Amino acid sequence: MVAFVIRRLIQSLLVMFFVALVAFTMFRFVGDPVHQMVGIETSMEEREALRERLGLRDPLIVQFARFVGNAAIGDFGLSYQHKRPVAEMLLERLPATLELSLVSAVFALAVGLPMGVYTGLHRHGVLSKFFLTISLIGISLPTFLIGILLIYLFSVQLGVLPSFGRGSVVDLGGWRTNFLTVDGWKALIMPSITLGLFQLTLIMRLVRSEMLEVLRTDYIKFARARGLADRAINFGHALKNTMVPVITITGLQLGSIIAFAIITETVFQWPGMGQMFLLAVQNVDIPIMASYLILIAFFFVVINLIVDILYYVVDPRLRVDTATANGHG
Amino acid sequence: MAETPIQRISTEAPKVAGRFGDGLRRFFDGDIWYSFTRSPVTMVAGVVTLIYFVLALFGSWIAPHNPFDMASLNLLDSLLPPIWQEGGDARYPLGTDDQGRDMLSAIIYGSRVSLFIGFASVILAMVLGVGLGLISGFVGGTTDAIIMRIAEVQLSFPAILIALLINGIMRGVLKENVGMDVKQGDLAYTVLILSIGVSGWVQYARTVRGSTMVERGKEYVQAAYVIGIHPITIMWRHILPNVTGPVLVIATIHLAVAIITEATLSFLGVGVPPTEPSLGTLISIGNDYLLSGEWWITIFPGITLAVLVLAVNLLGDWLRDALNPKLR
Repeated sequence: MVAFVIRRLIQSLLVMFFVALVAFTMFRFVGDPVHQMVGIETSMEEREALRERLGLRDPLIVQFARFVGNAAIGDFGLSYQHKRPVAEMLLERLPATLELSLVSAVFALAVGLPMGVYTGLHRHGVLSKFFLTISLIGISLPTFLIGILLIYLFSVQLGVLPSFGRGSVVDLGGWRTNFLTVDGWKALIMPSITLGLFQLTLIMRLVRSEMLEVLRTDYIKFARARGLADRAINFGHALKNTMVPVITITGLQLGSIIAFAIITETVFQWPGMGQMFLLAVQNVDIPIMASYLILIAFFFVVINLIVDILYYVVDPRLRVDTATANGHG
Repeated sequence: MAETPIQRISTEAPKVAGRFGDGLRRFFDGDIWYSFTRSPVTMVAGVVTLIYFVLALFGSWIAPHNPFDMASLNLLDSLLPPIWQEGGDARYPLGTDDQGRDMLSAIIYGSRVSLFIGFASVILAMVLGVGLGLISGFVGGTTDAIIMRIAEVQLSFPAILIALLINGIMRGVLKENVGMDVKQGDLAYTVLILSIGVSGWVQYARTVRGSTMVERGKEYVQAAYVIGIHPITIMWRHILPNVTGPVLVIATIHLAVAIITEATLSFLGVGVPPTEPSLGTLISIGNDYLLSGEWWITIFPGITLAVLVLAVNLLGDWLRDALNPKLR
């Protein structure tokens, strides 16, 4: 167990190191950092002085070490465009993204799980076929299109939900939350459905195939032979055993949700980190891009580590196989 | 098939045309065609995909207008609704956009752009992935370890994030270090293809690496080694043909993903410029007019995109099952 955790920890550090290297390369070599920080009227001497002060003349390895050191204490430098500390800007927008991601994940799980169980139990039912068709369409519709369609239906045609923004938020000591106002909840509905739909289909299909697999096993047949009620068999015995992969995938998908929020936040003009990252890509604001990358990588690594350890604890039969976190926009 | 391949070779003259016809007949006799004809959904998906290909290839003859020709546009014709709504114009069956572009023509041209970028990205990812996978599996050792570590790191992030990042870096490098602006046509295509292609190579590489490692240990590869065939020739002539099946499946599903990624990037404003719009760009343009009620600029390209992706996805699903010997 300890050896396993240490091995995973080293792997995680390796990933973070690699990501930091990419971020550093971006910061150092995409354009000239000094050129980005000063105005046109700055003289050559002043530029050279700034270059010296930023330590851009030091050996690269020293610069990289300093970059990692600064990143570790949360200092990501100034945004080229806004001339503000990037860490401050990220922190400001973190609550919006986290709340959206959390609600999406809960939605995906709360709807996807029962749908998966139902389609697993009633393989040939009309409703199952319907769910599966819907899920195929859900996979084929790009996230942004789902968002646009929802806006068209509920904001333009019916006029019941806001088409953009967070609505009114309550400030809890720096953490601006949606959860305390009706308005905030209404603003959350469409973005979280948009963001959660892909994960929902994924969870549904996963639960379905796991249920089908488990229902074929001998111990379920034995339970039926013992005359147990369907309810006890389906939920007490079968569903329980499908939970391990479901928890794993849901956990791993949490990281993807945070990343996919880039698209949803842009569609709904949701003031989160993803929207900020996209604006940074458009304006080539390297410090924001680099620090967003590091932050997301950190989230991913921590979530992966927790899930891996949980997996190992819950089911020692299965040795860890990297579950893929792929998908599309 | 009644006759064995050996009989066929000995009885038929090895003419090129004859061999081609033979291959064709074998294809229509084969399992794959059989399973294709047995699945109505797949056949519909196949026909739909074929229609898209034809539209993409011959679009300039089929489309009633040329939406890329700015000189032919008339702002007086802008924002016209589809023909069946009040105020519709017979010249523009699906209405027009904010610049007076015919939506039907824009969609036909846009599908071509989307398909072109999709295919180019898939080919790039395939060449990159298959190449690195072959090397990784064949050479092994440190080379293998390095390639697979990079693959793992990349795989732990969603492809769309990687594509956005590569896109941003390339725009930065081009703008700051070379002094070119990506907002212009060809350069935007190149940047898109590179970002989508590079973000998708991992799946190919992992699959090919696995198969290569299996094949490497087999006798025929050992035999090829012993008679002194160059390792690159062995990889190309002997191992590669054995991994084409899975690669084909991955490529089909990846095509759907690549088309979606292109549309997403274009929608997010870092893809194809509005002067030569792809489907994603059209949806993005229409999104600005959706709130004022001009729904057709978004909805028609949206449906076109969704149907294309659905058809390709269905083909991919079918191909995966058809090529999987376990399911026969």
